[in-house]
Amino acid sequence: MIELWFAIIAFLWTGYFVLEGFDFGVGMLAPLVSRNATEQRASLQTIGPVWDGNEVWLITAVGAMFAAFPAWYAGVFSTFYLPVTLILVGLIVRGVGLEWRGKVDNPLWCDLGIVVGSALPAFLWGSVFADLLFNNALAAVVGGVFTLAVCALHGAVFLALKTTGPVRRRARVAALIAGGVTIPVAVAALSSLGTIPALVSMAALAAATALIWRRREGWAFAATAASIVLATLAVFMELRVRPLPGLTLVEAASASYTLGMLTWIGLIALPFVLVYQGWTYWVFRKRVLVAGS
Amino acid sequence: MDALDLARWQFGVTTVYHFLFVPLTIGLGIFVAGLQTAWHRTGNEQYLKLTKFFGKLFLINFAMGVVTGIVQEFQFGMNWSEYSTFVGDVFGAPLAMEALLAFFMESTFLGLWIFGWDRLPKRVHLATIWAAAIGSNLSAYFILAANAWMKHPVGYEVVDGKARMTDLWAVLTNSTALAQVPHVIAGSFVVAGGFVLAVCGYWLLRTRAEMWRRAARAALVMTAIAGAVVAGTGDHSAKLMYEQQPMKLAAAEGLERDTEGAAFSVVPGLEIPKLLSFLSTNDLEAPVQGTEDLQRRFEQQFGPGDYRPDGTVVFWSFRVMIVFGLATVGLSVLGLWLTRRRREFPAWLSRAMLLALPLPLIAVIAGWLLSEIGRQPWTVAGELLTASSVSPGVSLAEVATSLTIFTLLYGALAVAETVLLARHVRKGAEEQAPVQAAEAPREPSLMY
Repeated sequence: MIELWFAIIAFLWTGYFVLEGFDFGVGMLAPLVSRNATEQRASLQTIGPVWDGNEVWLITAVGAMFAAFPAWYAGVFSTFYLPVTLILVGLIVRGVGLEWRGKVDNPLWCDLGIVVGSALPAFLWGSVFADLLFNNALAAVVGGVFTLAVCALHGAVFLALKTTGPVRRRARVAALIAGGVTIPVAVAALSSLGTIPALVSMAALAAATALIWRRREGWAFAATAASIVLATLAVFMELRVRPLPGLTLVEAASASYTLGMLTWIGLIALPFVLVYQGWTYWVFRKRVLVAGS
Repeated sequence: MDALDLARWQFGVTTVYHFLFVPLTIGLGIFVAGLQTAWHRTGNEQYLKLTKFFGKLFLINFAMGVVTGIVQEFQFGMNWSEYSTFVGDVFGAPLAMEALLAFFMESTFLGLWIFGWDRLPKRVHLATIWAAAIGSNLSAYFILAANAWMKHPVGYEVVDGKARMTDLWAVLTNSTALAQVPHVIAGSFVVAGGFVLAVCGYWLLRTRAEMWRRAARAALVMTAIAGAVVAGTGDHSAKLMYEQQPMKLAAAEGLERDTEGAAFSVVPGLEIPKLLSFLSTNDLEAPVQGTEDLQRRFEQQFGPGDYRPDGTVVFWSFRVMIVFGLATVGLSVLGLWLTRRRREFPAWLSRAMLLALPLPLIAVIAGWLLSEIGRQPWTVAGELLTASSVSPGVSLAEVATSLTIFTLLYGALAVAETVLLARHVRKGAEEQAPVQAAEAPREPSLMY
């Protein structure tokens, strides 16, 4: 039961990184791939209907950690106090930026909030997890740069997939550059893990870059998503025995009654969540047309 | 000043701030869903305009509710790690359920509603706003169940210094939760109704448009009915408090000694004989425990220490809650009477309706101060002291840094939100474009 709940939490974090990963990337890159207000709006509209739902994966992952492994939850967030504070600041300014930008006359502040609020958590989540694994400042920086770069690549591929015209063209260029940066950083960040998922994750990044070059945007997105899934899997495989220095998973876990109840609730609720979130992506499956292109 | 004090301040600041936006989200979501339903049924364009107008105000506010809420979830781990470790087994379950059963629904369907105006069939689109609104009400239930457990812990046992859940159903049907849920949700409807009244009051002073009359009447009905529920459930809560949290009740009344036939003190020096006993038990002569006698009993039970909450804050927040809440409800009942059978809104009433915005907000904040400061010094009544709940490894400087950052950020956002809301109120509802249509260039059916 404890192992199952660790796997569920790993799954929720994976879902979070895959989904919010691309909307972090879009948030960071929107000003770079847009030359005017219309293009900027269209770029952000690719994530408009889904980013908030994506963020709930984080809320659920953290809530599940609280419920299933209270000591782990408490240990991680009190240990990484300042990085988590900054992550929250990022998520706050990004959230209001995204929600408010369509409702203000001059969206400059909102755009600033979106860029900073996307880049900051994208970097900090990577450095928090790297520090959790290696307890080393250099590793934390490398980990942060890695997640930042992967989110940029993932977001650029998503933008290329969801837009038309010049934005799509620039997003492809951004993806190629991001791919070029990400691959060496990934080697630095993931090779120390050395496990098969970590290695395949690197290969998937290379594949994504190649696929973008060949204009296969859908497949490229699948490859970046797969890369994030595998990298997250590699991290959680390492954390499996000791999720926090000095704390074993068993020590951190809630009692079997709680885990059993949570399992039932998860079994009932999760399929619905997956179906209606999937439906959202289906409803908004068309490319966002950039006016005038 | 130590890390504990600052952590408490941080919890107070972030929670009160969060709860300025939450009740509006809870009540306004349902109100907007109601307006859209009215449009769907009658085909009257006025309802569509109102839906979009209040929908936009709802979304501006919703953003703040979401981003301030996320801080709450992390804060338990960051500042209160001892608390989290002690209670996670029980307290975490409703939190996880909130995310899984309510938040996903709320945010996913809201995304569909915002961007789905011209993409979903009308009926399906209407269903999305209802799903989002129901989601936010559902999330209130889970959070209140978690909160109620801190005041009246049930369905658990303490094993190896940690609370272990023994009965999830007991936690979810805690008598305190079942009293709080209708009280807080109805209070949220009063806040949202008051917000709508203030907006309508502003417009009724400028125009006689039928649309604002309609919206104002609907808000008056909502506020009056919800107000009656708040009063009824508040009475029930007081009776539960008598049984479960006698110290809070005594502090709220400034009652120092155990008393039979206790008087209700309106303000210090003005008392209504026997009313407190009656309100607590429906019995004029019932004994009510006083703070000093309770303190003596708690010392015998839990050892030395001060078990009395801050009497001044608790006493006055109780009164502010009641007075400001009743004033709002009184205003709506009066408004309903004055505007019966299509009578016009008198100008003074429209002006008075502007007060319906701050009054209930102050009342709900006072309600939370009463509720949460009243349970001090415990985080979990009888089990865990606030002083023992704080993160041991977190330094004063760290808490001070994050408290400063959040306070400054929250201040700036409060100004921004107020300006944004005011500007959209002033723009009015006549020229409401579809909520996002201005931003949504029509797509050809291009597939990938």
